[in-house]
Amino acid sequence: MLNYTIRRLLISIPTLLFISLAIFLLLELAPGDPMAQVPLTVPPEVKQAMREALGLGEPVHIRFWKWIVQFFWTEPLHLFDSWFGTAWAEGQQRVISWQTRSPVMEIVAQRMPQTLWVVGLSYIIGTLIALPIGIISAYRQYSIFDQIGTFVSMVGFSVPTFFTGVLLIVIFSVKLGWFPSIYDTTLVVNDWSSFVLQLKQMVMPVFVLALYNAAQISRFMRASMLDNLNQDYVRTARAKGLTERVVVLLHVLRNSMIPVVTVIALGVPTVFGGAIITEQVFKVNGLGQLLITAIQANDLPMVQSLTFIFAVLIVLFNLIADVLYGLLDPRIRYD
Amino acid sequence: MKLRTALLGAVALGLSALAGFAQTEGDAGNPGGERGRDGQLNIIYWQAPSIMNPYLTGGTKDYEAASLVLEPLGRFDPEGNLVPYLAEEIPTVENGGVSEDLTSITWKIKDDVEWSDGTPVTSEDVRFTWEYCTAEGGGCAQAAKFDGIEDVEIVDEKTATVHFDTPKPYPYAAFMGGQSPILQAAQFADCLGPRAPECTEANFNPIGTGPFVVTDFRPNDVIQLEANDNFRDPEKPAFQTVTLKGGGDAAAAGRAVMETGEFDYAWNLQLAPEVLDQMAAGGQGEPISAFGTLVERIEMNLTNPDPSLPPETRATRAEPHPFLSEQPVRQALSMAIDRQILTEIGYGVAGRPTCNLVPAPANYAADNTDCLTQDIEGAKAMLEEAGWTDTNGNGTRDKDGVELTMLFQSSTNAVRQDFQALIKDWWRQIGVDAELRNVDSSVFFGGDPGSPDTFQKFYADAEMYANNFDGTDPQAYLSMYRCDNEPRPETQWQGENINRFCDEEYDALLDELSQTADLEERGRIAKELNTILTADTYTIVPLVDRGRVSARAMDLGGVELNTWDSELWNAADWYRIAE
Amino acid sequence: MTDRLADEPARGPDHGPDRAHAVPAGAVPGGMAVEGGTPAPPRSQWWDVWDQFKTHKGAMAGAFVFLVILLGVILGPWLWSIDPQAIDIRARNSGPTLAHPFGTDQLGRDTLARMIAGGQTSMAVGITAMLLSLVVGTAVGVLAGYFRRLDGILMRLTDLFLALPLLPLLLVIILLFRDRLRAVFGPETGIFLLIVFVIGITSWMQTARIVRGDVLAIKEREFVLAAKSIGTPAHRMIFRHILPNVLSPIMVSATLGIATAIITESALSFLGLGFPSDYPTWGRLLYDATDYLQQYPERVIWPGIAISLTVLSVNYIGDGLRDALDPRIRGR
Repeated sequence: MLNYTIRRLLISIPTLLFISLAIFLLLELAPGDPMAQVPLTVPPEVKQAMREALGLGEPVHIRFWKWIVQFFWTEPLHLFDSWFGTAWAEGQQRVISWQTRSPVMEIVAQRMPQTLWVVGLSYIIGTLIALPIGIISAYRQYSIFDQIGTFVSMVGFSVPTFFTGVLLIVIFSVKLGWFPSIYDTTLVVNDWSSFVLQLKQMVMPVFVLALYNAAQISRFMRASMLDNLNQDYVRTARAKGLTERVVVLLHVLRNSMIPVVTVIALGVPTVFGGAIITEQVFKVNGLGQLLITAIQANDLPMVQSLTFIFAVLIVLFNLIADVLYGLLDPRIRYD
Repeated sequence: MKLRTALLGAVALGLSALAGFAQTEGDAGNPGGERGRDGQLNIIYWQAPSIMNPYLTGGTKDYEAASLVLEPLGRFDPEGNLVPYLAEEIPTVENGGVSEDLTSITWKIKDDVEWSDGTPVTSEDVRFTWEYCTAEGGGCAQAAKFDGIEDVEIVDEKTATVHFDTPKPYPYAAFMGGQSPILQAAQFADCLGPRAPECTEANFNPIGTGPFVVTDFRPNDVIQLEANDNFRDPEKPAFQTVTLKGGGDAAAAGRAVMETGEFDYAWNLQLAPEVLDQMAAGGQGEPISAFGTLVERIEMNLTNPDPSLPPETRATRAEPHPFLSEQPVRQALSMAIDRQILTEIGYGVAGRPTCNLVPAPANYAADNTDCLTQDIEGAKAMLEEAGWTDTNGNGTRDKDGVELTMLFQSSTNAVRQDFQALIKDWWRQIGVDAELRNVDSSVFFGGDPGSPDTFQKFYADAEMYANNFDGTDPQAYLSMYRCDNEPRPETQWQGENINRFCDEEYDALLDELSQTADLEERGRIAKELNTILTADTYTIVPLVDRGRVSARAMDLGGVELNTWDSELWNAADWYRIAE
Repeated sequence: MTDRLADEPARGPDHGPDRAHAVPAGAVPGGMAVEGGTPAPPRSQWWDVWDQFKTHKGAMAGAFVFLVILLGVILGPWLWSIDPQAIDIRARNSGPTLAHPFGTDQLGRDTLARMIAGGQTSMAVGITAMLLSLVVGTAVGVLAGYFRRLDGILMRLTDLFLALPLLPLLLVIILLFRDRLRAVFGPETGIFLLIVFVIGITSWMQTARIVRGDVLAIKEREFVLAAKSIGTPAHRMIFRHILPNVLSPIMVSATLGIATAIITESALSFLGLGFPSDYPTWGRLLYDATDYLQQYPERVIWPGIAISLTVLSVNYIGDGLRDALDPRIRGR
């Protein structure tokens, strides 16, 4: 397994380089123009000069190379500098966003807190709710619990977040006035009352996202448990006199986790991709909002860097999932 | 003779400027008092500002946010008059500020204005601002405003003279309005040209003369500001701190001001009238509206966008349009439209039906009203007369094997899609079939020559969008429709003559306009140009004169919605109305 | 449905270990493709499946609702003849009346007619796109899981597709294919194919990862090793032994896939990639109605119910189908 992991990590490097090239070419090919949001009153010559100032006049391969150098060399140096107070990256051009003319990574860091608070927490809550629901639904298949669980999760998944979000705002912000409809990213949590404020502004977006995540994961959990509850080893375990709790929670659960681990591992990177619609509805302005505004403004360095970070997480978590398969089911061998 | 008329024009402008100034200074209702007495002000812009330097961005959201901090020498007031801000007065030929030959303008800065760091504003800063925007490789978004400036001469510490290379009948483009404020030379000295983007700190937190200073700038998210201690009026601003939140959508912004009362001011709420009414019923705030020069229009393609044509000639003047090149067809299409209903459904009080491309200022607005009444029967008769009949009985008129079927495109936007559906319905009633297409606005308004869906490329028969002009003078706007200014493959599909309109008479009139300085005469020519494009040829089919709708909280006083400048132009005068 | 509760915990031990694999292995003679569903012997496995399916009340109810919706949107235009695009500006924003049982929208278009027309599009897009994504996902997943040599390359491809930003990808696809498809198939079919292709091509990755994970585990199980040792060829191994055992996650993916496809379709039309804006679909109706949530709440309810019911019914059909295809449950 260790061999396999190391080999996979090594393969990841060319894979990621290839992915970054693919993303770059895709963005290059995609129609769009960083000047799209400039008013029509600005004459075309001025727009052309602005494009050239962004470096758009240079050939594709040079721009790709520049991005590689900036992202893989200058940015880590900067990070090192800021940790240890050195000045190695002095005077080197960092990855600069076209919209804000500021370093991309600083904005990304700025967006982390609200992304983790809202999207990350909702993912954890969603998973924590989904697992027991899935297990009980499968164990008591077709019980009232199962039926209600199925209904709620199916409706929760099929009604899109752009609708549930607005519905919650209308009920809880407009009519009842319990929660703010706009997320305050500048809120600093340093005492009890600010913590309560933070909780209040998080409730609705976290609920919407957690419902969506829980719906999906609980369905896979349930299906996979159902498959395993009928297997021979379950009968054997019961015959051995193991308690029902041990049989279900140890043997069956462990063997049912493979698809669930896959789904969860696929979901973790999307946490960092943000939740575009939910963030928009509640004005959370996390990484999802950052990505979508960058795409709309054709801010290529920002889109490229964000999607690449996203790609790294995807490769990493899929690797983690593959390693977990081996731990969950020792018969799985990759060598 | 020319000089004499120019003088008259300049005088007229100067006088109206003074009138505007007196009016805003009076500012009835503001009780006055010490700076910062009203605490916190919350503003929401559903498009989040990205940068505080208007020279590096074309986005309205950005220069409006910047206008809280940075100020120009003069602004436009809600009536479009010039109002001095950092300048003592608006220079005119009359007061000697503009030279008699119209090649220079001399600005005098007020004695008492200071930057927020306590240093005085000097003519050096004015000169620097010009250098900043015209520096090679800087990609200055407002470069067009500095066109024709030969030099900015420093006369003394507080006086600067701008020299033009040719006589300028309208010398107020540079240093006027929210898009071209004065930057502090000391702060931006190392940020010229290609180094402009490296000055992140300066671009996010510019030192200004305005009522507020930035305390925390989070790009595309939120800006926090506090009152400027060195602001020239000791009683202003009334608010100690300001939060300018960005993001979300117009509906959410309106809701936050008018229904939940979380915010005091929401910018640009383009929402269906009934949605706005419902929100206003929330009672926490009210919508406010004002009109500018923005006109929603249908542009007719005079060239053939047929996909089977080779890319070199498709949608260029080499291939005239099979039926839209006939005036009766264009006219019939315009006659079939009920602009009253469009306005009612899409804009409510924030819109007025119009038949003109230039709807304001009054001096330039023609009085065409023929199109305001819908005439389906007349349109049918007109097509009939032009030989377009339904020979094959498929419900669509045709002639010589050409069917009247159109591809009608627009950008993605709920109101535009409703308009498209309505117009398609009316066109069908006169026997014209339309296929609708909507394109994401970041593609539609982008200039990517590789995309088939940009409004410049115009691979459709008709398209709908809105456009306006900066300031109060429409010359540049009308010049867009000059022959040879059309987008075409040789120009990488850049160009502003979207319809590919080409008319010698029109171009001759444009030349005349550019040499005329007399205000009245300019108005006459502009009206004539406007009428050629609209009521005479139906090349452009204006639909709605669109106002700006924003919302303010009931207890926010001093707001004067301004469509000629930043909406936050007079934020220094805003105050909390006592309960 | 609750009557099954009692014997639930005892279910496992009731069945013999061999029956599980005896049925799929022996039902169809020769190398005939089971997937085709052409039963050769008089009483084939598919009759057993149907018998079992019939006893599943949830599945029957789901199938019934699904058929009703399907017939409704197919036959609807004959029963309700108002043109969904017809504008009646005087009747705008009307509530439910005799003339307009579901009310009208902000332009006075009949909501019932739009629901029917929208249903045709949404159902067609949802089902086809889901099937496409399922077929691609399952194929990639099974191949990667079963053949070790393909695993690396296919999973790296999956990583790549997961990493590509969706919006620019969609814009590139329109750029490359829209005009060509329009020219060949005409505007409506062309756009339909494009949408199905776009949704399918951007949503198969999750299924692929899940199926692969399951296949990796299943191919080490004893019965697979046993079948291998007697020289069963790969294609038969996959269709007989592997696929039936990864059916349940595929069914879940199918259910979730339909919901995703219907919603994604509405998102596409905002990019100018979907159907023209006057062409109703459920997702679009729901989105447009969200702005009017407070004034006309009934407008969001119709498309919301329609989408939820479709997804729920597919879910129950999937549940029943999975149970019916599981030989351990069948015949109980």
